[in-house]
Amino acid sequence: MSGMDASDPVLVAVGVTVEFGGIRALDGLSLEVGRGSITALIGPNGAGKTTFFNCLTGIYRPKSGDLFFLPGDGRTIPLTLLSPDRVTQQGIARTFQNIRLFNNLTVLENVLIACHCRMKAGLLGALLRDSRTMREEREMEEYSFALLDRYGLGGQVNELAKNLPYGEQRRLEIVRALATRPKLLLLDEPAAGLNDRETEDLAGLIRLIRDELELSVLLIEHDMGLVMGVSERIHVMDYGKPIAEGTPEEIQRDPEVIRAYLGEG
Amino acid sequence: MDLFLDLFIGGLTKGSVYALIALGYTMVYGIISLINFAHGEIYMIGAFTALIASTFLSSLGLTGWGLLLSVMAIACLWAAMYGWTVEKIAYKPLRGSSRLAPLISAIGMSLFLQNYVSLAQTPNFLPFPNLIPPIPPLEKLSHIATRTQIAIVAVTALSMGALTLFIKKTRLGMAMRAVSQDPEMARMSGVDTDRIISLTFVAGSTLAAIGGVLIGCSMHQIDFFIGFLAGMKAFTAAVLGGIGSIPGAVIGALILGFAESFAAGYVSSSYEDVVAFVLLIIILTFKPDGIMGSATTQKV
Amino acid sequence: MTGGIPNANGGVPKTPAKSLRPRLLGLGRGLLSSSFSGLWLALVAFPIVIMRFDATARSIDFLWERLPRLVAVCVAGAIAFRFLLRHKAMGAFRERLSLGASSPKGDPRGRLGRLYDGLSGGRARIPLAIALGLLLLCLPFRSNPYSVSIYTTALIYITLGLGLNIVVGVSGLLNLGYVAFYAIGAYTYALLNTHFGLGFWVCLPLGALAATLLGFLLGLPILRVSGDYLAIVTLGFAEIVRLVLDNLKFTNGPRGIPHIAHPGFFGLDLDKSVKPFLVGRGLLHPNTDLDQVLLYFIVLAVVALTVVCVHRLENSRLGRAWLALREDEVACQAMGVSRWRAKLTAFTLGSTWAGLAGVIFASQITFINPKSFSFMLSVIILSIVVLGGMGSIPGVILGAIVLILAPEYLRFFDDYRMLLFGLIMVLMMVFRPEGIIKATRKVREYKRHADGESGEGAPEEGAPEGAPAR
Repeated sequence: MSGMDASDPVLVAVGVTVEFGGIRALDGLSLEVGRGSITALIGPNGAGKTTFFNCLTGIYRPKSGDLFFLPGDGRTIPLTLLSPDRVTQQGIARTFQNIRLFNNLTVLENVLIACHCRMKAGLLGALLRDSRTMREEREMEEYSFALLDRYGLGGQVNELAKNLPYGEQRRLEIVRALATRPKLLLLDEPAAGLNDRETEDLAGLIRLIRDELELSVLLIEHDMGLVMGVSERIHVMDYGKPIAEGTPEEIQRDPEVIRAYLGEG
Repeated sequence: MDLFLDLFIGGLTKGSVYALIALGYTMVYGIISLINFAHGEIYMIGAFTALIASTFLSSLGLTGWGLLLSVMAIACLWAAMYGWTVEKIAYKPLRGSSRLAPLISAIGMSLFLQNYVSLAQTPNFLPFPNLIPPIPPLEKLSHIATRTQIAIVAVTALSMGALTLFIKKTRLGMAMRAVSQDPEMARMSGVDTDRIISLTFVAGSTLAAIGGVLIGCSMHQIDFFIGFLAGMKAFTAAVLGGIGSIPGAVIGALILGFAESFAAGYVSSSYEDVVAFVLLIIILTFKPDGIMGSATTQKV
Repeated sequence: MTGGIPNANGGVPKTPAKSLRPRLLGLGRGLLSSSFSGLWLALVAFPIVIMRFDATARSIDFLWERLPRLVAVCVAGAIAFRFLLRHKAMGAFRERLSLGASSPKGDPRGRLGRLYDGLSGGRARIPLAIALGLLLLCLPFRSNPYSVSIYTTALIYITLGLGLNIVVGVSGLLNLGYVAFYAIGAYTYALLNTHFGLGFWVCLPLGALAATLLGFLLGLPILRVSGDYLAIVTLGFAEIVRLVLDNLKFTNGPRGIPHIAHPGFFGLDLDKSVKPFLVGRGLLHPNTDLDQVLLYFIVLAVVALTVVCVHRLENSRLGRAWLALREDEVACQAMGVSRWRAKLTAFTLGSTWAGLAGVIFASQITFINPKSFSFMLSVIILSIVVLGGMGSIPGVILGAIVLILAPEYLRFFDDYRMLLFGLIMVLMMVFRPEGIIKATRKVREYKRHADGESGEGAPEEGAPEGAPAR
């Protein structure tokens, strides 16, 4: 919580532009996410929020602009040339707008897969099951159990992911992202489809994660209750550009934001 | 020079037939992103139906253009019925399942149809009569191209023209384009996507049947296995031109036809088939979007 | 289902008329409309099935005697298809209803899976395994040579099925050219044996290595292409391999390679030294050669090794990456798994087993030609995996036994074999995509770390030891 300082960012985007067949999905987007903060990215549908996440995580290549990730150990990692798996290895994890769990695997296995990039065992280890591999396997299993237990899924470890109720699927996606041990967690509409109680629980979960795991959270969300309740800083986007930035109180008063949301010119 | 011309005409003819089959692949892929492995079998069934119909009708005394046109119509009708039915049985129940399921189902369907024809008819090669009647003005060209070759190119060009008109000008054609671009959006704006998918299979099968009749006329024999190789090659052509693109399929088919024809003539005829597959691997590896295809972005 | 007919005869009691009548009416209507679908199928099939072209007379024979059977099969098929489809849709609907409440439905194992677990787990496990092992060990001694060779063939297909299962079942990569790697293994042994006199035991690893290398080299470029194209590229590759083998001089073209040696046993001639002894005591079928028995045991050992390897792989870091790849490529990458590396390892390892099986195959039949490695073989291996259960080891074994052994004993099926394979693939995908034996996921003991008590995981104060590991 100490690092709310704007001069210590975990993520810096400079003039990011993405085009799809002549349509600009992102138009010179620049923003910073403060270390240890919970930052929200809001804006009308089609404003380019998910596109921005996809650029960050290596799914899209921006046409121009730069993205830098500062994990906090003094390094500055340019993200634009990394493949999705490399991005995750560097310490950025994400969830998806439409839940993308490994449906036919158990809850525990979903989380174990996320430990992949923090494990070393190779082909020979898998076949021979030497003591080092087995130790690593046991450690990761315990770590996953602990993580699931801590964040409220301890009772369902052997359930298939597709058999979880919707709210718990959302939760599992977050826990799975955490298992990659990120420094920056990207949440893409985590409250979509949740009821009021579940949304409230989610806000608690996001705060708990940030405080316990000392990471930064950037979330895309339409549920204003959640956004205003949980985030410390808000960026508003429209037509691929940032139109406002500030604390929840500032944003709520911003005439530009009100205009974008009410669609009045 | 003579060899060159021969090979050129041969390639053009071959490419035309590939194009007729490739269109079915490309249209189906464009709409439901499925490699319809059974499409080559529809072409084979078109040829068999044509053989049966022509034998039956000529025993009733039909000849010349009347025979050709009615055989063509029957082959197209029955191939369309097969295409429609195959979609209903093997693909429609699988919508929304895993990516692998329809592909495996398609392979199964292809295997089933091959063996069904082999069991019901015969596993041997059957002689196929040349149904294209002599056209006196064309006989002057016979030292360059046979009437069958000319007919193949002409019929293919006509079919392409008809298909393009259908897709560009009619309501159904426009609905088809809408579904292939964004099925969800099309459904929301009131397009009956199930009907459009069926229609795509019917249209593709009709074209394949035309190809089947023409290839019978030019090769003079057919068997239950002709669909496998032709299907593979037509698929290569569709990918070569950029799968999902209709002009791409035609261009890809012609390129493939020429490549095979010249490779067979100048290199070795035993490696004729290898050319197609090597081309396929190279294209898919280095330019998977094909010549005319647009780069696709992953939807997340 | 049977209720529809009695109603027409008035044989069903009318008690809950309100709910029953519309249901039966619906059933009747369903029967009627699926009968029409059946008639449509018969119409579609009419020219091919009834009007047979006679090549010598160049005329059409109308085979009217086929018509009743055609109509019967089509109508029955259509009714069964509709009924099963409805049944499946109802099942899915019920499952969705029961979601949320943590019902016993949430058991990650299927019904057969539970049965299998029940048989293989717990107390029954060890005696059962021993009994099965003994049976497999004794099997070849008392059987005639024909049976032994069928068993060996079935075991070879199990190896192939398990190998392809890594690629298709576990990783979700549709490899339609699996037979190419099988051919490479077989030709490696055949060529090295007939030209350089290298023995089976030297060639077994060499053949596997050659196939692995080829898989790696082919996978390197083509695994970058998207999933659907992989099927067609591998298919094309297998055709290239077959055509090249058909045309090369040193592989002897279509005539193939004869006189490939059986595996040796420490240079002993078993049939001279040991066979009379065994036959004399009634321990061996007099017509069965020990060469054959030896080969059977070699494949049995390979299968056992394969089962252990595949099982270990599935529950390892690598195997989980493959499973993730199959489930969702985008999410898989987002978890830090290199998609390309996961694909390449799966594809390459799958080829290794095809190579192994190829060497054994060549040593079994001692004569190979390109015809033995047609596309149909790839399809048969794929059907084994699909029928048995994608990603399920017992499923693949059962699939191989059903598809390879059954046709050998039911000669009646011989003509219809490939037709049925095709039908099975379609019907399995439509009605039971998970196969006969659904793949089971390992169930793990969940232990609470703080105080060793297990149960609901309500968050408690203080972080657990494991979680914030930084």
